[in-house]
Amino acid sequence: MERDQEIEITRRLLAGDPEAFDRFVEHFRGKIFNYSWLMCGQRDDAEEVAQETLMNVFENLGQLREPDRVRPWVFRIAKNACLTKRRRSVFAPSKEISLDQLMPVRHQEGDGFRLEIADWTHLPEDEAMRAELKREVQRAIRNLPELYRPVILLRDVEGLSTQETAQILDLNEDAVKTRLHRARLAVRKELDARLRREQTVEA
Amino acid sequence: MAHEHTGDCRQIFAALSEYLDMTLPVESCADLEEHLKDCPPCIEFLNSLRQTVSLCKDCDPIEKPEPLPEPSRDRLRDAYQKAIAARASG
Repeated sequence: MERDQEIEITRRLLAGDPEAFDRFVEHFRGKIFNYSWLMCGQRDDAEEVAQETLMNVFENLGQLREPDRVRPWVFRIAKNACLTKRRRSVFAPSKEISLDQLMPVRHQEGDGFRLEIADWTHLPEDEAMRAELKREVQRAIRNLPELYRPVILLRDVEGLSTQETAQILDLNEDAVKTRLHRARLAVRKELDARLRREQTVEA
Repeated sequence: MAHEHTGDCRQIFAALSEYLDMTLPVESCADLEEHLKDCPPCIEFLNSLRQTVSLCKDCDPIEKPEPLPEPSRDRLRDAYQKAIAARASG
């Protein structure tokens, strides 16, 4: 569902339309489940987070003044529900990754240099391979340090703006940008390793 | 000697997401494009990052929740109806 459809459903929900209730629940339950599954890594927890978030959403529906803000508003509630569920490394500080760790290896070649990266100009086109790549993306997101995971989920997977993401996560916008960049670079690196393995086999 | 400016590459590397999101200040953007003109490795890397972002954006959930049990749906509907009633009376 596109964001404008989601806003329209929310308008109808606020007007008391019972059909909008079912569509709203169906739509956001899937989204919250996906977010919290990638955040917490546990199916049971993700189901619970989805239910608790929706319960909170309906109990506090009076606070949602602008239907346009529904997605960031719901995700703010989901983020808090997720925090209470996380099991792993609660007290362990989440490590920053340095940019150097994410830069590709370079080899001197004549006057210039060559990067040790996969051939990204010919990504697999058939459906099974695309699906496999998407699974790799999700795996890579789940493996990110906790610091980066919510940022890439909200910005790229959910398509929220830098400002909205900053508000949800209580960060400033510069921190969102920095973490998003590192998250993308880390995901890129994992996909790159995967593509290179495949391209070596094919070659 | 086009590719010896490794310091520049590093600077460019830090700004690539903002460049892709079109949030880079105009001046930095011009500098970056100037660099890209004669740095094929940076172009190649930028392309791989662009594809990564597009895969993330296009990443439909692989795992889906179990169907919502009726008692859970009923609890949500109760909360919803109370909220609507409160809106109508408030």
